[in-house]
Amino acid sequence: MTGRRLALVLLVAALAGCDQKMADQPRYDPLEASSEFPDGMSARTPVAGTVARDADLSATPTAMPFPVTMKLLQRGRERFDIFCAPCHSVAGDGDGIVVERGFPAPPTYHQPALRAASDRHIYDVITDGYGAMYSYAARVPPADRWAIVAYVRALQYARNAPVAELPAQLRARLDGEAGG
Amino acid sequence: MPQIFHRSANGIARFVLWGAQVAFLLVILVWTGLVRSEFFTEVARAPRQPVPFSHRHHVGELGIDCRYCHGGVETSASAGLPATEVCMTCHSQIWTNADMLAPVRESLASGEPLRWQRVHGLPDFVYFNHAIHIHKGVACETCHGDVDDMPLMMRAHSLTMGWCLSCHRDPEPNLRPPAEVFAMHWKPPEDIERVRKSLIDVLGIDTATMTDCYVCHR
Repeated sequence: MTGRRLALVLLVAALAGCDQKMADQPRYDPLEASSEFPDGMSARTPVAGTVARDADLSATPTAMPFPVTMKLLQRGRERFDIFCAPCHSVAGDGDGIVVERGFPAPPTYHQPALRAASDRHIYDVITDGYGAMYSYAARVPPADRWAIVAYVRALQYARNAPVAELPAQLRARLDGEAGG
Repeated sequence: MPQIFHRSANGIARFVLWGAQVAFLLVILVWTGLVRSEFFTEVARAPRQPVPFSHRHHVGELGIDCRYCHGGVETSASAGLPATEVCMTCHSQIWTNADMLAPVRESLASGEPLRWQRVHGLPDFVYFNHAIHIHKGVACETCHGDVDDMPLMMRAHSLTMGWCLSCHRDPEPNLRPPAEVFAMHWKPPEDIERVRKSLIDVLGIDTATMTDCYVCHR
């Protein structure tokens, strides 16, 4: 009897020692620190030369590979406003808020040299960076880079668009604002 | 035979019996209050960070989009934290000698990541996904509060299960058009009631299953 009672006490004590730690399970949260690796990161970068299973291995197109639709332009505008506008400004003049705070001013998109530059040049600058500008390859995937290229082209065209090409509604507004 | 207990024992017994019940209720009351208090939910407490990064400056004053740094928010469960290169995109040129930013420069030079402290850490049995909330019209500020006014990042809401459920039971008041999800201090238009009703359909929000256990727990 005493033996059984002792066993019961031990069992209860053993169970009380069980801690399931459901709130902190033995797995990594995204970007959690790890003591297993010398640099302390659980998020490992792929070995050099790794190719993703779904990677597009075709050569980078030399010109805009997508039809320029309103959808593409809207995507380009959204990405441009997130990643480019802080320096290049929403209109592409190169006087964004970060430039106001002391970052070296990038050239305006509206200068002749950049108006004449190829689509691929703009794409490559996003991919590799240029001068003080860092690479955006890790932040902007290729399809979005082309969308941004399309939008940059739209910004350039907008500065030089013939008034005759404006839709009636915009034309009326322009005339109204110019007159007022 | 003399009495074993003195007359006053009656009072003591009554005091103990009632007192035990009152104490029991008090413990429950205090405990339920305590776990909901900011002391336990860590609301409005800013953890110490390796660099005193100010969202008020970067978001409120400069107007940098959330996605410039939290690039995974539209496509994955975790919104993600910026790599050191993202900080250095600007800080390789501005504030280059600031003492405050020394850990960032050291991180870039050594390749050792900055060890930011998690502000919103959910228990591991909760499978929260940022992307689905963004795409279903739940804004950043709905859960994270006035981030553009936080000199140091802190929790704006408790993120308790009850808090999550209050929206999962009735999401409509927290919805906005997906184009406005990243806007701060968004002012709803006049016809917002109608818009929210239509958003439930347009965005395909399945209100019938949103409180099922498996939605958040696996």
